[in-house]
Amino acid sequence: MTLPVFMFYLLAAVILLFSVLTIASRRMLRSAVYLLFVLIGTSGLYFLLDYQFLAGVQITLYAGGIVVLIIFSILLTSHISHKFKRPAAWKLWMGLTVLVFGSGTALWVLLLHPFSKNPAVKDVPVDMHLIGNQLLGMGKNGYVLPFELISVLLLAAMVAAIIVAKKEKK
Amino acid sequence: MILEIYSFSTLTSSIDEGLNSVMAPWLVTLTEFVIVGIVFLLFYALLGLFLVYLERKVCAVIQNRIGPNRVGKWGMFQTIADLIKLLMKELITIKNADKFLFNLAPFIVIITSFMAIAALPFAKGLQAIDLNIGIFYVMAVSSLGVVGILIAGWSSNSKYSLIGAMRSGAQIISYELSVGLSLLAIVIFSGSMQLSTIVESQADGWWIFKGHIPALFAFVLYLIAATAEINRGPFDLAEAESELTAGFHTEYSGIKFAFFFLAEYINMFIVAAIATTLFLGGWMPLHIGGWEGFNQIMDYIPSIVWFFGKTFVIIYIIMWFKWTFPRLRIDQLLNLEWKYLLPLNLMNIVLISFVVLIGLYFK
Repeated sequence: MTLPVFMFYLLAAVILLFSVLTIASRRMLRSAVYLLFVLIGTSGLYFLLDYQFLAGVQITLYAGGIVVLIIFSILLTSHISHKFKRPAAWKLWMGLTVLVFGSGTALWVLLLHPFSKNPAVKDVPVDMHLIGNQLLGMGKNGYVLPFELISVLLLAAMVAAIIVAKKEKK
Repeated sequence: MILEIYSFSTLTSSIDEGLNSVMAPWLVTLTEFVIVGIVFLLFYALLGLFLVYLERKVCAVIQNRIGPNRVGKWGMFQTIADLIKLLMKELITIKNADKFLFNLAPFIVIITSFMAIAALPFAKGLQAIDLNIGIFYVMAVSSLGVVGILIAGWSSNSKYSLIGAMRSGAQIISYELSVGLSLLAIVIFSGSMQLSTIVESQADGWWIFKGHIPALFAFVLYLIAATAEINRGPFDLAEAESELTAGFHTEYSGIKFAFFFLAEYINMFIVAAIATTLFLGGWMPLHIGGWEGFNQIMDYIPSIVWFFGKTFVIIYIIMWFKWTFPRLRIDQLLNLEWKYLLPLNLMNIVLISFVVLIGLYFK
């Protein structure tokens, strides 16, 4: 077993373990912290693939941004002594059935798929300039139009949020 | 160019060759991991001790006192004595706290600062990992530290801790934007996020000189925003002693408290080191175009001396802030960020893009 393969199994184990803990924990803040570990593990996978930019984005946006927002809202709303009740037995069994069928389907599809290493993909770090040029490129394979459309959507969402949060003057 | 005898790459490559001649490749990788880890741990601990000592001396000078002067010559071993005291103190466990998260929080804070310090270029050939996304990685990792602070505040189950954590969280999240935008200025100038490339691009002059007005502007904005991001005075209202005892780490004792304390000082070092690397040329000596004799004399000073010299000048400025200005209120703090620093930063980015586009900076 080479070092990258070992690292892959280590990261996969971390991700699996903390994903289960995230949904199994009965304290809300603990779930959020387990979720943080899952997201950091995913960014570790990107680092393993030498796709450093995506790994950085994963850490900043998901781990440093969204999880912090989740924790912030838990801090504002929930008390430390609060614990979720154990789910009813029938809910547990229903969930387990869905889990078995869902993961069974996913495994079946994955194992049947003939994976082959694409020779065109090289094992080198993706250059930042390449991503930048592609993202704002106007030629073939350029992404400038979707990029701008998403920025307009975000702007609209922000304006709407401010309007909703703004108190009316009396 | 800088003299080859001061380059650390000969030392590191000779260690690598020596290890390769006696063990298997995977064992070499493992051994090198351990060596780099031990070197960083030692550096981290010694730097923390020195920074605490320096802060107490600088504070004393500014307030017309002598400062620590009992343990060793000029009180040099005062912080070591403090550390031994902290190590021997009882670790108090709180009855109604969330014990798992309470114990986890100091580690999150200290690990993130440890991860950020790994990517810094300390001297020519002395950089543990030179990532393609360099500065972005440092920003990403240091944005995780706030999670530790928030968890610490909530899991202590104390109102002082909770209020301190909320203030600290709001402050760090908002000032992160300004820090990122002011660092983006130098990314635009040098056209790269890789720290080694940024340092190389300053061989003929530091960006603060080459980029003249907009770079100077970005530097000042960075210093203000970074001081706020590391929760230091005059922005230290997260641990305002007079109202919140010690903020988010009120309930911590012994070595767990020391972890927060240490991480705070190391974060100050990281902030100063990033300012050095991006604005003040990193380990590059001071070169002035055309002055050949002067440039050659400057080359004789080793690069590691340049790096730490510049970093400690910035650290001194940050300490000077703390002991000079009175503390801000929370509304003043957020106003400063959202109504002044952020718009100024955005305007500066537009100005810099314009300057770079028509080549108005020194090349």
